[in-house]
Parts: sequence; C-alpha cells; structure tokens
Amino acid sequence: MTGERARKDSALPADPQPQSGAAPVIRAAGLDLTFQTGDGPVHALRDVSLEIGRGEFVSFIGPSGCGKTTFLRCIAGLEQPTGGELTVNGLPPDEARRARSYGYVFQAAGLYPWRTIAGNIRLPLEIMGYDKREQVSRVEKVLDLVELSGFGKKYPWQLSGGMQQRASIARALSFDADILLMDEPFGALDEIVRDHLNEQLLALWARTGKTIAFVTHSIPEAVYLSTRIVVMSPRPGRITDVIDSPLPRDRPLEIRDSEAFIAIAHRVREGLKAGHADG
Amino acid sequence: MMRNLLPVLTVVLAILAIWYLAAFAMNRAWVMDQAARAGETPGLAQQIAATMNQDRARLPAPHQVAAELYDGIFGKKITSKRSLVYHGFITLQATMWGFALGIVFGVALAVLIVLSRVADLMLMPWAIISQTIPVVALAPMIVVLTNAMGAGSLMVPKAIIAAYLSFFPVLVSMVKGLTSPDAMQLDLLRTYGATRGQVFRKLRLPASMPYFFASLKIAVAASLVGAIVGELPTGAIAGLGARMLIGSQFGEPMIMWAALFAAAILAALLIFAVGALERLLNRAMGAQPA
Repeated sequence: MTGERARKDSALPADPQPQSGAAPVIRAAGLDLTFQTGDGPVHALRDVSLEIGRGEFVSFIGPSGCGKTTFLRCIAGLEQPTGGELTVNGLPPDEARRARSYGYVFQAAGLYPWRTIAGNIRLPLEIMGYDKREQVSRVEKVLDLVELSGFGKKYPWQLSGGMQQRASIARALSFDADILLMDEPFGALDEIVRDHLNEQLLALWARTGKTIAFVTHSIPEAVYLSTRIVVMSPRPGRITDVIDSPLPRDRPLEIRDSEAFIAIAHRVREGLKAGHADG
Repeated sequence: MMRNLLPVLTVVLAILAIWYLAAFAMNRAWVMDQAARAGETPGLAQQIAATMNQDRARLPAPHQVAAELYDGIFGKKITSKRSLVYHGFITLQATMWGFALGIVFGVALAVLIVLSRVADLMLMPWAIISQTIPVVALAPMIVVLTNAMGAGSLMVPKAIIAAYLSFFPVLVSMVKGLTSPDAMQLDLLRTYGATRGQVFRKLRLPASMPYFFASLKIAVAASLVGAIVGELPTGAIAGLGARMLIGSQFGEPMIMWAALFAAAILAALLIFAVGALERLLNRAMGAQPA
C-alpha cells in the first residue's frame, strides 16, 4: 500500500526502461517523424524514446495528432521515421514486418464480406504459406481463444460489431506472432461491449503472454488494460509521461472503482492536460 | 416485386393512352383524305374506327402491333423467314458472341490498366475515345475489313460491333472495382508481407465482383444494340435489325414496329437473365441477402 502511495505522489515520469533485465522487444531511441505537407512540415513524432519488454501491455493515450497511431505504424513498418532508431525483436521494423513478427488490429474489423469468418482468419495463413491442415487447426484454436467457436461458417454481416472485432483479433493471433499492435480496436463499439472485450483481451493476454502495444482514446481503458501507460501530446508528437501501473495482473472490472485505479487515471489526466498546455 | 407492379402498370397504361391518342392524330390525315375523295365526311366515331385498323398506318395502334407480334412469334414456324423468333435468334447469336468478347476484352484491359501505370496512361484515353465515335459510321467499315480478311458471314462483324459497345462498361466498372479496396485493407496485407500478385488475387479481384456484375446488365443491353446496329447499314437480310430496315424500306411499318418491340422484349429478357445470374452468384459468394 505504501509503495502505491509513494508512486502516486511522485511527480517524475517513471523510468522508460522495462522492469525485467531481458532485451526489449520494441526499442525506440530519439525517434523522429516529420511529414512534408503542402502547408509545411508536420512533426508527427519528435524525440520519442521508449523500450517495451516481453509480455508487457503498453497503452498509448493522447489527443488526436499526438503521434500514437503514427508511432504504432512505425513499429509495424508501415511508416518510415525520418530520424532516430527503432528496432523490433532486434530487427529494423521493415524486416520484422517481413518476418511476420507482429499482428496488427485496426479500428475497423476489415473482414472480407465474401469470405466466412474462418476464411477471413485463414487469410494471413494462406499468404504466409501454411499448409491446409495447419490452417484448419490454427483457425479452430484462435476461434476458441476469442470465444467465437462455432461461428467459423458464418459471414461477417451475420456478426455484431463486437464479434467482428473479435474475429479480427483472432486473425491477428493466428500466425503466432509474439507482438500484437492494436490501434483503437474497440473505439467504434459501445461501452458495454467494450468492457466485455476489455476483460476478454486481458484474459487472452494472460493465456498467451504476448507483448501488446495498444492505442486508445479512453483513459479508463488504458488504465484498466496496461502494465504501463504512455501519455503523449501533439504538436510536436512526443511522450509526456510514462506511468508504471501498480495494479495486479489479475484484474476484475470492479478494480476500476478502487483508489489506486482512480489515482493512476488522475495522473494520466494530468499528463494529458500538461501536454495540452504546451501544445 | 408486387410493390413494383402497380407503379409500372400505371406507367404502362399511361404510355398506351398516349399511344392511342397519337395513333389517332397521325393516321387521321390519311383517313380524311380518303373520305374527301369519296365525298364523305366521317363522324368522330367513324374516324376513330378507321384510324385504328389501317393496313399501312403511319403509327399502328397498340393492338395492331400486339397482333403482329403474336403472329410473328407464335403464328409462324420457327424456321420461317417471317418468324420473329428466327430473326430474334440470329440477333441473339451476334449479341451473345459480342457480349462474351466484350467481357473478355473489358476485363483483360482493366487488369492491365490496374497492374501497370504505363498501360493506364496509354490505354484509358483510347478506350474513352473509342466510345465517342458513332458506331453507325464504323459499322460498314468493320464489315468491309472483316470480309477482306476472309470472314464469310455477317456474324463476325456484328459480333465485333457488339463487343465494341459492350466492352466499355465492363472496363470502367472493373477498373473501379479493382481499385476499390481502401488504404486500411492494403496496409493489412502489407503487415502480412503479401506480394502484389497475392494482393491482386485475394483482395482486388474478389472486391471487384459486385462492380463486374453491375456492369453486365449495361453491357448486355449495349451488346444487343451493337448487334442490331450491325445489321442496319450492312445489307443484312436476317436478324431483328434487318427486319426493321426491310419494314421501313418497303413501306411496311407493321413489320418495322413488330421487330422493334421484339428487340425490346429480347433486351428485357437478357437483362432479367443477367440479373438472375447475378443474384445466384452473389448468394454463392456470401453476400447479405438484400
């Protein structure tokens, strides 16, 4: 209890290094990304330094334009930084992408309407060249993980938004990447479904031990899900605060009413306000 | 479908009413002329009766056309040169060949244009320009060329003209469909490390199917128009276009009108068939039932 209280009073941002001594899974040092637009340069990311260790659940939170999605896309090798270093599993992001080191979940489920749910989950497996039997068993396994067993033969239009998003997560898990990059995956869903999916995601994380980088707009979601919260602010996109969450790994939804939770949420809100004032 | 029936029926009845009025107005001059020669002055009722039953009316009344149609379709042997079914079948052959050629050509060009920026810049402008040339002017040239190259019948040039008109809607729709996937979908495949070929086969091609089927209805109608146009300036003696020409040349408006309506009925049947095929394939590909 005293440890939590001490952390609550601390005004300094927490150490960006992971607690374990092992090599970081994702490592950014002085990362810069400037877009050249017609209206002049846009500093999407400036001097972003962060290390994410194996098995961590790191949330990125901040207002629009703070660079959180851009940072995620840099990790995924979908954007090219203009300065600094970035490695994923020790490799440059583009190589990591080609080595299929991560699964990416977008805000929209993006399922193909002409394929069944099982067919959609098979998509990355087909592209990556797994054989037929392997495909079938993997599809069954991940459908079970996201609790959609028995929905394999249905088409996307027959599923609700929340279920479609779960299928999208299953698709990202199907090829055993040990990193999961999630860009506001529950942003388009209502709060009740969101709560349910948050619980499921935590359970999934506990079962699979993946390293998860999660971008969100929602403070309670960020605090509830993560082991670490990275607060970012815009113009230029930068990290304002990194908060190590003292909450236990095993968290029922009721923990959101606890003092510790509220304290962390308060700190996140302060970090967001500070960033807003500067920007 | 029943909901659509009443409005359509209302429009059909309105058209028939206008038609009857127009038939009366247009045929009246001849009736009055004949009557003046015989020194008679027919009353309104007699005028109406006379205008509705002329042998060589300027504008045959609906029931006259209907009777001629019935006779041409059911009243003649299918092999007879006066049978609308016979002529319809000739035109249908050219239409189907043109339709098939148009689809193959349209799809092939679309794939080329989407896969290669160079092809896009080179081919698209010419495809558009090709449609601005009046086909009626082009038709005789195509016939002469195909004859010079040794084609025996008129089927080849007719099919070419039909394909010429039907490839463009297929091309435009396919290009739109193949480029329809958005940035997020393309990003997703990038995260899987997919090759360009895989992106094409697994994303672009299936995504273009709805656009493809939508264009087929337009293409089949365009193909029919092409087949008929192909029969007009080329001295054809068989086919619905040829019948229309013969009817107008020999002063037999009934033949012309009957052939016209037969062509319209054929078009409706073809579009209906393509629509049914589309619904069947959509269901097989898992689309949401409308």
